[in-house]
Amino acid sequence: MATAVVDEADKRQSPLSDAVVVRFAGDSGDGMQLTGGQFTLSSALAGNDFATFPDFPAEIRAPQGTLFGVSAFQINFGSSAIDTAGDAPDVLVAMNPAALKTNVPSLKPGGLIIADEGEFNDRNLAKAKYDANPLDDGSLAKWQLLKLNISQLTMDAVKPFGLGNKEALRCKNMWTLGLALWMFDRDRQPLIDWLNGKFAKAPDLAAANIAALNAGHAYGETAELAGPLKQHHVDPAPVAPGLYRTLTGAEGIALGLVAGAQLAKLPMFFGGYPITPASAILHHLSRLKEYDVTTFQAEDEIAAICSAIGASYGGALGVTSSSGPGIALKGEAMGLAIMTELPLVIVNSQRGGPSTGLPTKTEQSDLYQAVYGRNGDAPMPVISARSPGDAFDCAIEAVRIAVQYMTPVMLLTDGYIANAAEPWAVPDLTTYEAFPVEFLTEVPEGGFKPYGRDDKLARPWVKPGTPGLLHRIGGIEKEVDTGHINYAPGNHQAMTDIRKDKIDGIKVPDQIVELGAEGGKLAVVGWGSTFGPIHQAVRRKRAEGLDVSHVHIRHIWPLPANLGELLKSFDRVIVPEMNTGQLKTVLRDQYLVDAKPVNKVSGQPFTIAEIEAAIEEALK
Amino acid sequence: MNQVTPITRATTLKDWETDQEVRWCPGCGDYAILKAVQRTMPEIGTAPENTVFISGIGCSSRFPYYMETYGFHTIHGRAPAFATGLKLANPNLDIWIVTGDGDGLSIGGNHTMHLIRRNLDCQIMLFNNEIYGLTKGQYSPTSRVGTTSPSTPYGSVDRPAQPAAFALGAGARFVARGFDVSKELPNVLKAAHAHKGAAFIEIFQNCIVYNKDVFEDFAAPKGAEDRQLWLKHGEPMLYAKGTKGIALDADELHLKTVDVVDGDWEAAGVIVHDVTNRSVAHMLVEMRFGEFPMALGVLYDDPRPTFEADVWRQNAAAREGKTADLQGLLKKGQTWTVTEGGPEL
Repeated sequence: MATAVVDEADKRQSPLSDAVVVRFAGDSGDGMQLTGGQFTLSSALAGNDFATFPDFPAEIRAPQGTLFGVSAFQINFGSSAIDTAGDAPDVLVAMNPAALKTNVPSLKPGGLIIADEGEFNDRNLAKAKYDANPLDDGSLAKWQLLKLNISQLTMDAVKPFGLGNKEALRCKNMWTLGLALWMFDRDRQPLIDWLNGKFAKAPDLAAANIAALNAGHAYGETAELAGPLKQHHVDPAPVAPGLYRTLTGAEGIALGLVAGAQLAKLPMFFGGYPITPASAILHHLSRLKEYDVTTFQAEDEIAAICSAIGASYGGALGVTSSSGPGIALKGEAMGLAIMTELPLVIVNSQRGGPSTGLPTKTEQSDLYQAVYGRNGDAPMPVISARSPGDAFDCAIEAVRIAVQYMTPVMLLTDGYIANAAEPWAVPDLTTYEAFPVEFLTEVPEGGFKPYGRDDKLARPWVKPGTPGLLHRIGGIEKEVDTGHINYAPGNHQAMTDIRKDKIDGIKVPDQIVELGAEGGKLAVVGWGSTFGPIHQAVRRKRAEGLDVSHVHIRHIWPLPANLGELLKSFDRVIVPEMNTGQLKTVLRDQYLVDAKPVNKVSGQPFTIAEIEAAIEEALK
Repeated sequence: MNQVTPITRATTLKDWETDQEVRWCPGCGDYAILKAVQRTMPEIGTAPENTVFISGIGCSSRFPYYMETYGFHTIHGRAPAFATGLKLANPNLDIWIVTGDGDGLSIGGNHTMHLIRRNLDCQIMLFNNEIYGLTKGQYSPTSRVGTTSPSTPYGSVDRPAQPAAFALGAGARFVARGFDVSKELPNVLKAAHAHKGAAFIEIFQNCIVYNKDVFEDFAAPKGAEDRQLWLKHGEPMLYAKGTKGIALDADELHLKTVDVVDGDWEAAGVIVHDVTNRSVAHMLVEMRFGEFPMALGVLYDDPRPTFEADVWRQNAAAREGKTADLQGLLKKGQTWTVTEGGPEL
């Protein structure tokens, strides 16, 4: 059934090399995220480095076959370091016309399309707004096309198991995965084990899915002789020996928060409210009760943060999490946590905005909101994670600052980091330094001052229930030391200064240069999830001999003490970010450097090529 | 209806007063409520250090500053959410929420509803003065139709919320009413504290500046016995010195007032108050003053398991037999080992 419609020899020069980008695209009901996830595991077991990009619609069950109902999963895997999910796919698996239409424009010229022609019927073509069948009209000539009736092949493969039509067709994704496993010379056994585990209670379904997987694999073997289908082996990437796992950003945050609470020797209280793409953190933590974690699904975003502050007041580590719209609702309560100087971690999984915006798409447009977005002079530390693995360490860092400085801390991540998976070398927790909290339990020498300060300018943390230290706190301006209500002009000036000095004085590590030299012609300064494309683009341009360096900022507020000097040591500074120039503005304001913006606000991450182009432009 | 918390240490009224100057308007009903609470605390017998007063924003919400306990003056309408986090973090604390009609029913109505629904163990004192005091006199969600105020110069047109009915509708297991200068208020507070769970107390409070004497029609000492029905568990619902009572109109299924002749309330069909009768409670909170006396005291009291107890029980069950091996947790899921020879499962 495979038909090689494009047969010119030049197109047979496979673009596949030591790194391959595959995109699985289908209807949201086709199980593409699951297929992608399992293919990711298989890549890990093959020893490849990889990065993934799940891209799915906001609609839970979008009407079948529609353009807006397309769900895609992209993976970039290779035998050398992989920093991004890849710019343009080498292989596109399109399970229906809508998936082809929305995804084929980004496919590399000469790339391979594998399309399920069984789904290219008049009805689905109409839904995808195709006038003619693209599989037949030559419109895909610049790519290699392999059209298979995956639907029929799957039905044939699972026939012996007596499934209904609908259930049988659900095995399509396993057939496709089987073919993909063959294409990249992968072992099927881990998948078979996984299917047996997943369908332990329904052995028929397990057997049918395994049969589909095997049939897809066998199809590859037998069809190899003709057509564009070629088996391609990607060697393992040289990685340090050790134990690895796949980690998503949401897992990284959840595990990092648990680790942080343990290092602080505190129980954790997590107050959350369902919101995309932050809910996964609540889901993960709600299963970790044995780590002294209490989770609370509040009635709204405001109650979520207020309950977390209440728990912090009671001596727990209060944590709340949301995305932009929910963070906006939490603003007033953040001000109270600043005023009452209680520790709190606020996680913002950024998404496209403003308002409801693009709930399932990624963006970095909440930096102003994080740094400045509260009433009054309300300084608050802000940390941003660059990757799922980095999110683990950032969460620990957020907890450390919160408890040592008695302050709320904002931890920024984004939809891309939250959902994407990467291989992660499981860290040895004994290498992390503990920072156990000491509550004040007795009247200190000189008397008890609820707003007295230590060398970090942090006030004492007293748990209600402690005899002899009774006191009242609240959102009205506090008197220096005593914490009584005080509206006096001099006192407000003094307290405003103290709150600012405390945050400014937080010790954060000096800024390092990720790649390149300290000083030179051009610095590309990034933050958060743009790390991958910036790093790869700088690496490539340096390989071409250009004088360019990569600086990636974790501590957004306060900024590292040496950052101003470092930026001034470069002739030019560009700041790629997925917003209209927010970090750029902060850097200009703080250091009077002529930082130039490179912006992308499309809900999609930067491609490496886009950053490369920006570097070339800046060095003109 | 519950066990009273055992006395830990004898205290006096003075032990519950702070050194802070009280800043309510002279003559404000809040003074009387503050005194009633400070007078009641020694009788309740909990320790000041285990007691936390949590408030939102408004005149009533200054309350924590005047109680020599732990106190948290939070943000507008959100006191129930802070209380929930605190109680979940430390269920041993005795938590009192102080709120008002604007704070607890307007901006914070959502949180009040959910706190009651969840049945967090705490006392909620809602000071109802039918006006916004601290913002200088705008009408509130409990103001009567036609209330003129700076924001409603032609009179308010929206219908008021009924706090006790709201609480019961939200699933409250304890609903009581009192008023600022009433001698019975301490008994109401004690009953609320004795109830394990969310205890909702509507306290009518006289705002002498912006809504003076709005409750005088039933709270005035003169003729009070004709206009106040003080409910007592196990006793007939009698008022007007026993000459009137509350009975059920069995045909129409609503309450009615009846005359009691020669003290024979049974013959008049007067209902004996059973604080655990939820159906009667629904009728009591809906009883309109004027046609009826104002129902005061404990209207309903029938405890059930509390939220924090259930959360702690579930947490304990989920932790049963598990150790907090974080290093082990990090290794869970899809893992592989890379050795010199390459990766393996």
